[in-house]
Amino acid sequence: MSISRRGFLGGLGVSALAAGSTDAEPHTEHSYFEVPDERYGLLHDTTLCVGCRSCEAGCKEVNELPPIERPIGDMAVFDHERRTTDTELTVVNRYTVDGKDIFRKHQCMHCNEPSCASVCLVKALVKSPEGPVLYDPDVCVGCRYCMMTCPYYALAYEYSSPNPRVMRCTMCYPRIIEGKVPGCAEACPMGAISFGKRSDLLVLARDRIAKHPGRYVEHVFGEYEFGGTSWLLLTGTPIGNLGLGSLENVSHTPLPELTKSFLSIVPLVLTMWPGLLLGFYAFTKRRNEVSEEEARARVVEALMQADEETKTKLAAAAERAGKDKERAIAQAVKKALEEQAAKEGSDE
Amino acid sequence: MSDSAVPEKKWITPFNVFAAVVFVVSLPLIYLRWFHGIGSVTNLNQDVPWGFWIGFDVMAGVALAAGGYVMATAVHLFGMKEYEPVVRPAILTGFLGYVLVIIGVGFDLGRPWNAPHMLLQPGLASILFLVGLHVGLYCTTQFVEISPALFEWLGWKKWRKIAVSITLGATIFGVILSTLHQSALGAMLLITPTKLHPLWYSPFIGLFFFVSSIAAGLAMVTFEGMLSHKFMGYRVGIDQDRLDRITLGLGKATCITLGTYFAIKLLGVAHGHTWSYLGTPMGLWFLVEILGFVLLPCVLYLVAYREQRPKLVRFAAFITVMGIILNRLNVSFIAFNWQLPHDKGYFPAWSEFWISMLFVTAGIVIYRWIVSRMPILDNHPDYGSIH
Repeated sequence: MSISRRGFLGGLGVSALAAGSTDAEPHTEHSYFEVPDERYGLLHDTTLCVGCRSCEAGCKEVNELPPIERPIGDMAVFDHERRTTDTELTVVNRYTVDGKDIFRKHQCMHCNEPSCASVCLVKALVKSPEGPVLYDPDVCVGCRYCMMTCPYYALAYEYSSPNPRVMRCTMCYPRIIEGKVPGCAEACPMGAISFGKRSDLLVLARDRIAKHPGRYVEHVFGEYEFGGTSWLLLTGTPIGNLGLGSLENVSHTPLPELTKSFLSIVPLVLTMWPGLLLGFYAFTKRRNEVSEEEARARVVEALMQADEETKTKLAAAAERAGKDKERAIAQAVKKALEEQAAKEGSDE
Repeated sequence: MSDSAVPEKKWITPFNVFAAVVFVVSLPLIYLRWFHGIGSVTNLNQDVPWGFWIGFDVMAGVALAAGGYVMATAVHLFGMKEYEPVVRPAILTGFLGYVLVIIGVGFDLGRPWNAPHMLLQPGLASILFLVGLHVGLYCTTQFVEISPALFEWLGWKKWRKIAVSITLGATIFGVILSTLHQSALGAMLLITPTKLHPLWYSPFIGLFFFVSSIAAGLAMVTFEGMLSHKFMGYRVGIDQDRLDRITLGLGKATCITLGTYFAIKLLGVAHGHTWSYLGTPMGLWFLVEILGFVLLPCVLYLVAYREQRPKLVRFAAFITVMGIILNRLNVSFIAFNWQLPHDKGYFPAWSEFWISMLFVTAGIVIYRWIVSRMPILDNHPDYGSIH
């Protein structure tokens, strides 16, 4: 009793604390993935980014990918919006808002409740307790459902390989567990990319918004979107202006939640269908039996009726025959009498 | 068996020549796909991971193979014995359809050899896992359902008896699996609310897929009945008159199914408050789909049934089949990624069409091989009807 009350009060206290903290996150009762508060994250501040693409070069280096095609400082690279590919795990794009150039870095966001991991049918993608979403190519079947579902278009595929892998930012997981900083954050000369505990980064972001009124939109992208992401984005303009139009004002509900109602139907169908279908089967079988029985009964009845009619006919025929006989006798008698009378008359 | 004589075997027929060309041209494409990657034969890109192979071979293929469970339910569970002549062809088409779907998926998967991991560490939260498991199980179930024909052909009476005795159980199991994976194929898109166009995205999408699969199955059975009669007439156990009566009955059923499907599609628009999208280019495309390929065949079926015109039923069935394919392609890649700029769009490569054509052609060749030998379109003289 006392234990349960303490548990109850404790639970209240925790939720009250959570509600008061800046790191308050929408509470989702059903979570596919454990997301400890101590997990890591990264913050990209677009107001500090100058589009030098040192992060791209750093990423290529630590991931041992071919070096960037166009050198740092070559602005022609921004003429077309680029997306991540199987050899470019992060890309910086330029967006011009009110005549001002804004650069936004893009990569896998490492969702708190990653839809890619929830749709993976072999668990090749998993959310690690440290924050990064990890990928194991040795179990991946290559269905690319993860790429279909990613709302950030952040996953890429090795289409030209006969043994292809899904390629995406790993948040430098091997470096993180060694206590190092991810390659892009280390390479950034402007301090536009911050690495740390996600909860600390949220405090940092709010701090910047508070300290520089007018500089930022009062919104940390990735704090709540689809349950939140490990990569956070601090911008001076609504994200719709930065190539994320389809992600403005999206739900805070994690994407995997959207499949739950369907998955919950599965046991229902498994339970109900056999009974319902067997019921239908029994019903039609019985109906057929009844109609067959009725048909049989009708045949018997028809036969009996035919029998009855025959009897009546026979009786009638017998009667008729009897009557005919009587009539014949009567006629014969009559004839005989008449003949007798005629004879007697001729005798007189 | 039919009295008419088996036609003399002629190898050089227009279809055989066509099939040979399809097979020969496919060989280098198959080599490229397996040795130089999916990208060497498809136009798939980083934004469009699912293209024509998934949309046609898998999404449409599974729907069009629904005739098996629909007809088995009608005849074995609901006792509609007048449709018995089309049950075996429907189940055979379904079975071959699923085999080809599995092979088609194999072509599209980057690392199909890792598929056993699906059972070793199943991703139970994935609707695709459900689809994969059920398609595999259902393919096996359909093999059991069609096996009496195989055993009759082989003369294995004991095996046939066992296979026939589990017809009821197999049918019910098949219906459960079909209900779930037909709808699950649609429900796979539930997790993509920002990527699939709002007119196609709906919490009811699983139901849409399930109901439309019934119409697709019925239309395919209608269509296939006609083709079998035309090209395999010497094996068909029923006369044109009986086939016409069956066709009209199937038409009536498809009419009701399509009417229901049209109504729930409208409910989807009402539920999602997406009326305003109807005036946009994508909205017009949506209207083409549901007016031209759902409502129109529905009305044609109605007219055909009232005026007792089996030919019109077959025409409506053709439009219905086209409509289902269009819907599955829309959901897979046309209405998907609708907000992406057009220069990032996708149009299938000729080799994607070609490989899909290979599967369809292979399906027809195998179907023809089986029905010319086994009692599918007619009854075996030693056994007759299983009822």
